[in-house]
Amino acid sequence: MGRARPDIPALTARRAGLVGCRGCGQVAPAGQHACARCGTRLEADRRICLQRVWAWLSAGVILYVPANLYPMLDTSTLTTGASQNTILGGIFELARAQDWGVAAIVFVASVVVPLGKFIAIAQLALTLGRRAPVSLHRRHRLLRLVDFIGRWSMIDVFVVAILSSLVQLGKLAQIHPGPAAVFFALSVAFTMLAAQSFDPRLIWDRGGADAGRGAEAA
Amino acid sequence: MLACPECDLLLARREIGPGERARCSRCGHLLFSPRPEAAAKIVALSLTVAILMGGAMFFPFLSVATGGVSHESSIFGTALAYSEGFLAPLSVAVMLLIVLLPVARVLALIFALGPLAAGRAPFAQARRAFRLAGRIRPWAMAEVFLIGTVVAIVKIGGLASVGLGPAFWAFALLVVAAAAMDSLTNDWTIWDALDPTSPL
Repeated sequence: MGRARPDIPALTARRAGLVGCRGCGQVAPAGQHACARCGTRLEADRRICLQRVWAWLSAGVILYVPANLYPMLDTSTLTTGASQNTILGGIFELARAQDWGVAAIVFVASVVVPLGKFIAIAQLALTLGRRAPVSLHRRHRLLRLVDFIGRWSMIDVFVVAILSSLVQLGKLAQIHPGPAAVFFALSVAFTMLAAQSFDPRLIWDRGGADAGRGAEAA
Repeated sequence: MLACPECDLLLARREIGPGERARCSRCGHLLFSPRPEAAAKIVALSLTVAILMGGAMFFPFLSVATGGVSHESSIFGTALAYSEGFLAPLSVAVMLLIVLLPVARVLALIFALGPLAAGRAPFAQARRAFRLAGRIRPWAMAEVFLIGTVVAIVKIGGLASVGLGPAFWAFALLVVAAAAMDSLTNDWTIWDALDPTSPL
């Protein structure tokens, strides 16, 4: 499918004085509050979305700190005694036990993805309309990726829930969830909301006609 | 006239047949991918998900055994793992993410598309229900939970032997059905069918 030439300003709904519905694509006159066809709320000012992005993102980043400082798991077994594990501690333990595959899954889901998302969302929001070396297509793809991948970070919260409900073997072995689980779950949820509030049209319309020139060939 | 939801490009709607796909010419976003009998397929898969989830709730999920001691857990018990102290709200959240929201999503889809699948006019609230199903989608995390289960099984592996209960298999099947259903709901032509004023 051919792509529009980057040096010609695209005719967008906004430029035509219209608002496009994100739910079903129907266009409405600017100023209308809800889509007549599917009922989705129409956002006239996309800058408000950006404020929401920053608000959710900061909440997510702040909660990620206690999520890593407090223990995630509280394990006690007859052979090894009681031990508490943070997110990183749990990953080290898995690596020490040579469970490389699982260690990698947990590391990616709990460390790489959350940190990557913070950086990606902040960078996308900061470079809006700027002539960054990254093309609009690539920025758009990054936002879609962040939006898609965010929910997978919740894995560790589920792992802890399964472990602590299952491993209740009296004196032999017991696992209990630690306070970090709550902080981590909230951090993931807030970051998901940040990505969802990010209107991809911001990337495209602030980019305007010039932003893609040259870089678009990539 | 349509606007791309991702890049805002104004597009003229052109008729496409089943099996064809229409993408935005600027950003490449998939706009239409009509499939024959989409409503009926979505309803059938939704019913499958709802029934499997019902089964998964009442059968044992996982069991562990070591040194003569054993313990069994259900999906419900898994959510209740966080019920101690100030973690309690997380129990509710886990229950929502792995059971209640996936079920709410399929019920909303059955309500919205059921009459269409039966060849009748949609209910008055059908569009609201279909929109709700779309909003719930990122928060219905059955598949994330399934991968979490696999990780947990490997983690316990060294400590005790783990048995998979019927609820685990029901959950695994449900994830497959939900994924097939999700790919069918990515299509704007469904709005035509739900729109009472649509000429189509």
